Amino acid sequence: MSDHHPTGITRWLYTTNHKDIGSMYLWFSFIMFLVGGAMAMVIRAELYQPGLQFVDPGFFNQMTTMHGLIMVFGAVMPSMVGLANWLIPMMIGAPDMALPRMNNWSFWILPFAFTLLLSSLFMEGGAPNFGWTFYAPLSTTYGPPSTDFFILGVHMMGISSIMGAINVIVTVFNMRAPGMTLMKMPMFVWTWFITAFLLIMVMPVLAGVVTMMLTDRHFGTSFFDAAGGGDPVMFQHIFWFFGHPEVYIMILPAFGVVSEIIPAFSRKKLFGYSSMVYATASIALLSFIVWAHHMFTVGMPVAGELFFMIATMLIAVPTGVKVFNWVATMWQGSLTFETPMLFSIAFVILFTIGGFSGVMLAMAPVDFQYHDTYFVVAHFHYVLFPGAIFGTTAAVYYWLPKWTGKMYNEKVGKIHFWLSMIFVNLTFFPMHFSGLAGMPRRIPDYNMMFADFNMWASIGAFGLGLTQVFFLVTIIMAIRGGKKAEEKQWDGATGLEWDALPSPAPYHTFSTPPKVD
Amino acid sequence: MTEQLQQKNKKLVKQLLALVGGMCLFVVALVPLYDVFCDITGINGKTRGQALYENVEVDKKRVVTVEFLTNINRGMPWEFESQTKSVEVHPGELNEVRFYAKNRSKFDIVGQSVPSVSPGEAALYLNKTECFCFDKQRLTAGEEVEMPMKFYIDADIPKDITRLTLSYQLFNVTEAASTESAATK
Amino acid sequence: MAIRRKLIAGITSLLSVMLSGVVQAASKLNMRPGVTETSLEAYDLHMMVIWVMVGISVVVFGAMFYSFIKHRKSKNPTPAKFSHSTKMEIIWTAIPILILIYLTIPSVKLLIKMEDASNPEMSIQVTGSQWKWHYKYLDQDIEFFSNLDRSIKTDDPLYLLAVDNELVIPINTKVRFLVTAEDVIHSWWVPDLAVKKDAIPGFINETWTNVPTPGTYRGQCTELCGKDHGFMPVVVKAVSKADFKKWVAGKDAERMVAEKAAAAAAAASWDMDKLMALGKETYDLKCASCHKVDGTGIAGAFPALKDSAVAVGPVETHMSIVVNGTSKGMQAFGKQLTDAELAAVITYERNAWGNNAGDKVTPADIQAFKAGN
Repeated sequence: MSDHHPTGITRWLYTTNHKDIGSMYLWFSFIMFLVGGAMAMVIRAELYQPGLQFVDPGFFNQMTTMHGLIMVFGAVMPSMVGLANWLIPMMIGAPDMALPRMNNWSFWILPFAFTLLLSSLFMEGGAPNFGWTFYAPLSTTYGPPSTDFFILGVHMMGISSIMGAINVIVTVFNMRAPGMTLMKMPMFVWTWFITAFLLIMVMPVLAGVVTMMLTDRHFGTSFFDAAGGGDPVMFQHIFWFFGHPEVYIMILPAFGVVSEIIPAFSRKKLFGYSSMVYATASIALLSFIVWAHHMFTVGMPVAGELFFMIATMLIAVPTGVKVFNWVATMWQGSLTFETPMLFSIAFVILFTIGGFSGVMLAMAPVDFQYHDTYFVVAHFHYVLFPGAIFGTTAAVYYWLPKWTGKMYNEKVGKIHFWLSMIFVNLTFFPMHFSGLAGMPRRIPDYNMMFADFNMWASIGAFGLGLTQVFFLVTIIMAIRGGKKAEEKQWDGATGLEWDALPSPAPYHTFSTPPKVD
Repeated sequence: MTEQLQQKNKKLVKQLLALVGGMCLFVVALVPLYDVFCDITGINGKTRGQALYENVEVDKKRVVTVEFLTNINRGMPWEFESQTKSVEVHPGELNEVRFYAKNRSKFDIVGQSVPSVSPGEAALYLNKTECFCFDKQRLTAGEEVEMPMKFYIDADIPKDITRLTLSYQLFNVTEAASTESAATK
Repeated sequence: MAIRRKLIAGITSLLSVMLSGVVQAASKLNMRPGVTETSLEAYDLHMMVIWVMVGISVVVFGAMFYSFIKHRKSKNPTPAKFSHSTKMEIIWTAIPILILIYLTIPSVKLLIKMEDASNPEMSIQVTGSQWKWHYKYLDQDIEFFSNLDRSIKTDDPLYLLAVDNELVIPINTKVRFLVTAEDVIHSWWVPDLAVKKDAIPGFINETWTNVPTPGTYRGQCTELCGKDHGFMPVVVKAVSKADFKKWVAGKDAERMVAEKAAAAAAAASWDMDKLMALGKETYDLKCASCHKVDGTGIAGAFPALKDSAVAVGPVETHMSIVVNGTSKGMQAFGKQLTDAELAAVITYERNAWGNNAGDKVTPADIQAFKAGN
């Protein structure tokens, strides 16, 4: 095994090493997370009290739009790709990803795409201001000039995702060590494998819809313009055909992370491995037929609404199976509560709460009262923050010793956890109430009946923002001066990366495939 | 990486790229598919093109109320009203309703009326044999016009639909119309 | 043993306090039941699913917390070895399916009811535009714009929820709403009536309500529609049938008064000072939110009027833009302002901030322009 690697800036520009690329994706996603988080701070500062104190409504709309775009496409998705790059080859006993040079391109497209997107804040007319869901005709006929740059940025980012997904699939199909059958793969690899298929299927649809936007704006087409025979509702159908699988793309890898960590700290095998695989596959398949639950108020005929309502409620079944399997893994195990386990447990509890509001939203006649209110904002932030982000955080704490050879400080990690736990709930739980009280989404100012809820949410948000800085400090402290890590840092951990590789894992690993029984 | 593995990888990459290509074709196909789906089911309230009035049976036992609404999109300085607020018709009977439009501005403007029916399902059963909405309408500054619309309701319209609302929204398409005519020259 | 009993007692009392607190606080934390039959049914369904979710959490989180205590390494040093059980998998797949069926059946029933706008007693066309609502009573010849009442400030309980002209409807009447939009997608929502329908340009959507209780019911636009999405409330005032008749008659009278006033304004003489005064008042109220009080606008979004070619150029073009709007985003104010206000605001724009076009536009000019002469 070899540790020899290039140095200097060209190392990072030209690297084809999955570990380097994984690190770049993770750092990039964290920077984007802080940028998107800063925008959230602007939003929550304005919403701290009724009245318009800091920004004008037009800029506020830019903030909500960019916050969504940066978090979805710049923070959550790349962080998952970062984990995939680091972990998949090590977990299956492969020396690297199947297509290392394409891997490099996949990453480097992103800084360009997001520089383009962020620069739109300084363009005339401002940044995109039509929500991350960019409905037509607000985004087509009435969008600012920067919309075209947004479209280009989305295309670039989409190409990056498609290439990354192809890389994952080819790696998993063709490069497993002998003896590692599909049903012996770690759950993280399975969830990413399935996620990669979702990406390949729906990123082209996103590319299609933004291209149609572009031609509607500049080349005389009328896909979404009723004047020319088009239909703004068709935009929503096409967007959400991408958009719904997209949210599963964001969560499935986190499911995989949690499925690695809980067994390790329960000192017990994952309960129901095969049903976990089938449940994940069912969730992925079902995700294609539920998209119009985002459109219950659009004027769909009743038959359509009924179909989408029932299909959406069905997704709760395999998701529930996964939650029960995690609980059963812990049941009668020997539990310890190090930081990765704390984040994973919080994931299970809080993601489930997000799932509850999801079932409520699925019920169409009641959804009429929740749609486009803060109740929806509460729902998706619960599944995304204590969901996807806690999952990634848990992964970072869990595998940091393997990646860097250094351990983080457990006391500090626990402080980070408790701060996150308190502030994430303080920020997003009140939003259920402001939504139920009738507060719409995407408004910069509100009536005093929503004031208390907003105040608590803003206080929580400021705390949550500071907590991320704390997280950064924790990680840097670990990388620079942490204790030396063990090869098998966690006594309950299983998998090739723990059993067959030192900590830190050398630059090149598994040049000779390991034996898997 | 062995030669054999590289070949395997290349083959799979090609298949996956084909899948990506297939999904690109799918999204392109979604557009006409959407129209076909809506055309067949009528569920988004969009009416069809010109119909013929031939060998149509009239059901004198039923009456359906048809209401007419007009509205004007942004940047369209015309007046646009239907002469009749609503009519009661027998399914199968051919009826005519007249609409009035006037270009109040000082500029020549081309308008396009876009029909929409509520309830959406009723759109399937509304057949227009003549409609100003089939074409763009050009009015010079100050010009006014009366536009007829002839229609009949299918006799097999479901029994539970006793009223339908036909709404026209008038859009300013002068720009689009001029690029079109420039292109066809 | 003692600890276990204490723990159970503690958790039970905590849960009861929380639940009773929840029930008591329900009015503040919970969705309002509203006043219509459908809103009450929606509320009941909402409560039903909440209780189901509470039940599931107690079981699932209860098991988890039990594990944290009983199965921690110090208390359970030897972990069990099991890692699958087909029986359990079947049970915890079947039970959720049954629960979902239990929730779906009433949902289906209510949805069908809520979407049945047939046999209405009256119809109102609701048109959303940036950033106000327009109502047109199809059975009475009444139509008007409903704008946010900007005179109401932050500390008022009606801040952002009051309008200049409310939508008045009679109680105990099935009222059908035909909802559309003039520019981008908006959405019309009144929580107390459980009515929400998207307003889509070029398309007409249908919904309905039947309000049994007189009162004023307030909602907001619920689809991002641009800058002032948060500033276009929906206010529905339900009155007795008798009061509704009176209101209709009043509206007719109002219209005649307005017509007389417009005619008087057209006939009167308007000097520059009078026009500029009314113009500034109108501009500050209606135009400044986009074009700014100093006329500098927002680059790329709302053109500057100060030093603009339009404001000092041909009057016809300027009038057309203000009266008829443009397809690029400027609203048509022709129907939203009186002829006097239109004349005044155009005059103001042409002469304020150093524009000094020198000309004036009178209400008579506006009348002539609108008539197409």
